[in-house]
Amino acid sequence: MTAPDGAVRDDAQFRGKPTDQVLVEVKDLKMFFPVTEGVFIQTEVATVKAVNGVSFQIKKGETLGLVGESGCGKTTTGRCILQLEKATSGEINYQGTDLTRLDSQELIEFRKKIQIIFQDPFSSLNPRMTIGEIISEPMKVHGIIPDATERRARVLELLTKCGLKTNFAERYPHEMSGGQRQRVGIARALALNPEFIICDEAVSALDVSIQAQVINLLEDLRDEFGLTYLFISHDLSVVRHICHRVAVMYLGNMVELADCDELYDNPMHPYTRALLEAVPIPDPDLEHDRAHKVVKGEIPSPMNPPGGCVFHPRCELAVANCSKNVPEFREVRPGHWVACTEV
Amino acid sequence: MATLLEIDNLQTHFFTSAGVVKAVDGVSYTVDEGETVAVVGESGCGKSVTAMSILRLIPWPPGRIVGGAIHFDGQDILKLDEQGIRDIRGKDIGMIFQEPMTSLNPVLTIGLQLTETLKAHTDISDADANARAIELLGMVGISEPERRLGQYPHHLSGGMRQRVVIAMALSCDPKLIIADEPTTALDVTIQAQILELMKDLTKRLGVAMIVITHNLGVVARYADRVNVMYAGRIIESGSARDIYYNPKHPYTLALLKSVPRMDQVRQAKLDPVDGQPPDLAMLDGGCAFRPRCRFATDQCARAYPPLEPVSDSQSVSCWERDNLEEKAS
Repeated sequence: MTAPDGAVRDDAQFRGKPTDQVLVEVKDLKMFFPVTEGVFIQTEVATVKAVNGVSFQIKKGETLGLVGESGCGKTTTGRCILQLEKATSGEINYQGTDLTRLDSQELIEFRKKIQIIFQDPFSSLNPRMTIGEIISEPMKVHGIIPDATERRARVLELLTKCGLKTNFAERYPHEMSGGQRQRVGIARALALNPEFIICDEAVSALDVSIQAQVINLLEDLRDEFGLTYLFISHDLSVVRHICHRVAVMYLGNMVELADCDELYDNPMHPYTRALLEAVPIPDPDLEHDRAHKVVKGEIPSPMNPPGGCVFHPRCELAVANCSKNVPEFREVRPGHWVACTEV
Repeated sequence: MATLLEIDNLQTHFFTSAGVVKAVDGVSYTVDEGETVAVVGESGCGKSVTAMSILRLIPWPPGRIVGGAIHFDGQDILKLDEQGIRDIRGKDIGMIFQEPMTSLNPVLTIGLQLTETLKAHTDISDADANARAIELLGMVGISEPERRLGQYPHHLSGGMRQRVVIAMALSCDPKLIIADEPTTALDVTIQAQILELMKDLTKRLGVAMIVITHNLGVVARYADRVNVMYAGRIIESGSARDIYYNPKHPYTLALLKSVPRMDQVRQAKLDPVDGQPPDLAMLDGGCAFRPRCRFATDQCARAYPPLEPVSDSQSVSCWERDNLEEKAS
């Protein structure tokens, strides 16, 4: 399987236009977790194939959306890129260097360049540290800006950048609202001047008006610093708004990858179609006229995924072959990749 | 249609060490028989507290219903004794909560939990209760209902558990179901299944429903009428079409502009309101939205605007309601 490369959409509203330079390349990534039984003698009884052969590229300046439902492997993919999980197999090339082959010493250099913003602004900030300490911690650890006064100035600058007042530096996380905490998480991620940020459900826990504020902040920062994002989310509306290209995952597999508008306007994989059909749109007349076809069944256990195409038990297009052969991830139109034989 | 539920100037306050939190401060709305009414708003706006007040489930201390009236099907709910309200809970008014893992008892079987409601409210034999439970599980689309009766909640997926909760809410043929964020914890394809099921069942059985949600898409799909809440009050109410196509309150307008559309090519950046919702213990006499509002005038600080009709179906609580269109453009 070759890694699909993507042409990216180019329109006036997307400043911070992606370049042609590949920043991150994930090749045939697999991450299996063992399921063990027994207290003293642990025996492996099964494996969870959280990510089962995923490939994609992200260009510098691009925002790639990674969407799917619970347990599809989108978060695990993000954690593997960051080397928070040791991948079972596959390559993660960051500007040509395979991160999976580096030892912990060699990784430190890359850790500065790749940062993550977590979903839950309540559990991702240490409740016993002030906001100032939280934001300066990564700078201290990596020894950039060793001087305390300069570091302090940088903290205040980051707070201002993220739309927070400078007096927040002395406060503790519990004194802040969810939206403010998420801004702190963003300021911390920016502290090391990263190139690439993984946003793992970064706006999902926020109320709509606060969510919109944070989305705008992420876009402003992308434009100002030329950041590249991997935007992991289950919210398809937000993904269409912020991303250049979108990849859809289901049960550890990538089922479709295309330019943002192409994916939403011409979805090809039956799962992508079902997913888009399921999202209610804030427009009563439009909702009234929609067909509301509901995909049957539930997501199978990743411990025991169906053979052949993983979606075939729920698929309306499924034919006999779908339960036997794993469909190839192929390019059906320029830049539009689908893992389905029936489209 | 006859009015089934009428909430009149409801006030539910929480007496905390930080002061009196006016979680619900003068909310009025009605629900007709067989109608689906949505209550929309962000965290802490009082939408859930209003619903809990209908069933008198506000924990004291610190919370208490301090004013107003709730009439349900000819009864004054706030005047009922403890036995009177227990007869209504689960029988005439069913409840569906957000998190199906916490609303089911993890150490009791599905069958026991389903039949418990039936036995509490009707003189039904064990065999009949079991038969009814099997019928209910079949109705909400659960396969092999006989086998499920002996299973525990942890045997079921999130979507299946929510189906069980819906079956429980429907078990005693209620007239009204209160669904508090019924699909927020579920994945999109499962959310669509559950919402279609709820819509289908309420239509078929003629049950009225109050849907409490923050998801404007869900509201657009299911609600006949919509109440928008902010800081303990309803700031706008109307038909779904009124609210989406002709919003009259600056907050409603801002909410709609904060949600990206999945069905359209990106038009522009989002245009959300600045700031965040106020501390409900610190409200003054003026409009609570005033500090975030771009249309605010001196009048807004002086008095809280009353919820007044602007058409047959739509009411708005804003001093600037007549000037909004002009000012917004």
